[in-house]
Amino acid sequence: MLLELKDVHVHYGKIEALKGVSLQVDEGEIVSLIGGNGAGKTTTLKTISGLRSCSSGSVFFEGADIGSMPGHRRVLAGIGQAPEGRGIFPGMSVHENLLMGAYARKDDHSKELAEAYELFPRLAERRSQAAGTMSGGEQQMLAIGRALLSKPKVLLLDEPSMGLAPMLVQQIFSIIEEINRRGTTILLVEQNAQQALRLAHRAYVLETGRIVRSAPASELLDDPQVRAAYLGGDVGGGDTGDTAGAEGEAGKVALGKTAPETGKADGEDAPDAE
Amino acid sequence: MSDNTNKTANTAGWRGALSGPLEAVRTHWDRAPGWERWAVYVLLIIGALFLPYEGLAPVMSPESAWSTILFYPIGIYVLLALGLNVVIGYAGMLDLGYVAFWAIGAYTMATMAVKHGIGFWPLLPCGIVLAAVSGVILGAPTLRLRGDYLAIVTLGFGEIVRKVAENTNWLGGTRGINNIPHPPSHEGVWFAGVDLFTYKIRDARPYYYLLVAVIVLVVIFSKRLEASRIGRSWTAIREDEDAAEIMGVPTFKFKLLSFATGAAIGGAAGVVFAAKTSYVAPANFPFLLSATILAAVVLGGAGNIPGVIVGAFLVAWLPERFRGLADYRDLAFGAILVAMMIFRPEGLIPSRQRKAEMAEGGGGMGHMGAEIDTSGSEAEVGSR
Repeated sequence: MLLELKDVHVHYGKIEALKGVSLQVDEGEIVSLIGGNGAGKTTTLKTISGLRSCSSGSVFFEGADIGSMPGHRRVLAGIGQAPEGRGIFPGMSVHENLLMGAYARKDDHSKELAEAYELFPRLAERRSQAAGTMSGGEQQMLAIGRALLSKPKVLLLDEPSMGLAPMLVQQIFSIIEEINRRGTTILLVEQNAQQALRLAHRAYVLETGRIVRSAPASELLDDPQVRAAYLGGDVGGGDTGDTAGAEGEAGKVALGKTAPETGKADGEDAPDAE
Repeated sequence: MSDNTNKTANTAGWRGALSGPLEAVRTHWDRAPGWERWAVYVLLIIGALFLPYEGLAPVMSPESAWSTILFYPIGIYVLLALGLNVVIGYAGMLDLGYVAFWAIGAYTMATMAVKHGIGFWPLLPCGIVLAAVSGVILGAPTLRLRGDYLAIVTLGFGEIVRKVAENTNWLGGTRGINNIPHPPSHEGVWFAGVDLFTYKIRDARPYYYLLVAVIVLVVIFSKRLEASRIGRSWTAIREDEDAAEIMGVPTFKFKLLSFATGAAIGGAAGVVFAAKTSYVAPANFPFLLSATILAAVVLGGAGNIPGVIVGAFLVAWLPERFRGLADYRDLAFGAILVAMMIFRPEGLIPSRQRKAEMAEGGGGMGHMGAEIDTSGSEAEVGSR
């Protein structure tokens, strides 16, 4: 168990945003957290990265309780995050942004830097441009690349598809998959449930601060209730059903195998869905 | 960077008229070799040394003694603006009670010198340390607040310090403290017709030179900080505090450090000020002064030292220069400030980085959108 939340409650004033969230992330997994607006997805991530403190419950990372560890130390422990709304440093250049990702590290970060530029060639082109002047997609790439510079054991991604064109979403998701293949565990928060469930191995469904479902991602893709709530339901009629069914099959088959193959299967399926 | 500059120039249209030649100078400066920079620095310092020249007086200040206003308000404003720049320009925190640290420095000099006979030179570091400590004391409980919440608390702090001075007999109450001794004199070192180290009541110029020395040190200190790991942390905090924290920047610690550094510079200004005027009273430290110094920093270009110095100079000098307009000078001054914010909101000589932040829509002023950081303290949450 790499990361575990046990009955976590978080309050904003008197409002309880998380009402006892428990979840687990194993090493090497892609776990997705889906849910609507205000379900508590971002709050969950903030609690893990230490930007929010939980009023009760505990957060375990590699077996140790990190509930009282300040956010800036959790980075060193191995929790990296690409925050909601990208959260890049707009006045810094792309390169400076990436270097900020390695801020806490004392060791050599040239390997991760090269890797970030390799995964996102676009960033290399824009190396000296002020990050705030880039497009949304580029900023998202930068946020993920920057998080990689801290050499995280688990990478927390908060809605990487937000506000991006479908083509770009595909691209970002396949890069996320690649990052996972290279050995980084990923906890992905998404409103774009279809994409997220196809990418993830397991998923949790969050509703108004509670986990209401937890299952292998493929099962949730099939689940009529989840489909109605998060996947646009049966509006598309038999067509959508067929596609989802096929996806589910692919996912199920893939789940039994190793992660890289899951990635491959998803990659091939992706164009059909659009 | 250049992409951004072009974009700003286009969107700003005629508003950007001023920025054309200035940008050319900036670009040249960014690429200038070391010797050229040093030559300019030395020339600027020499220029500052010859600034009290009497021939300038009829042009610069026909109505009051030029060398006197060079010390106060001009020199003091410049020093205070440099200090506030560390808090606002670097770390992006809005401090509306900055004048309190200046007061703490001044009162340190006043009380210790008058009541205990301690000299100026030992008191200068004392004032600096005391101001820094008070910065930490104010900062520790309040720096969890952000944006306008922090501004309100600091505003309150500024008023508290003034009110305490007004109501404490030991601090002289509203009448303040008189007969503060001047710094010890060393006669006989002449420069441009000034007995450099003779600190008497009549000639303001030696004090001005003392202030120039302090300003030069503060500028070097600020520049070193800006380029350091600390400076980068401040930039990160200013641009996105949450993102900075998850990059591993201990944000609270660095915010506190920025507050203490700014306060220390304010304290230094206070000690020098008290030693020159030989009289301090609570009325010297109104809220309006905090606001004026803030205006100087924003007008000049927060985060950029040349900008801040020019801004402070203008804010201090313009009202003195146009004393002849008497009742209308504040109106004119206000109109100039408003015009500035319309035509050049990033300040006269902004740092390029802040300009990029503004283009992105962050306002370049850190997180003005208020949010209470509740990590660690549940008590604050309830108040929301």
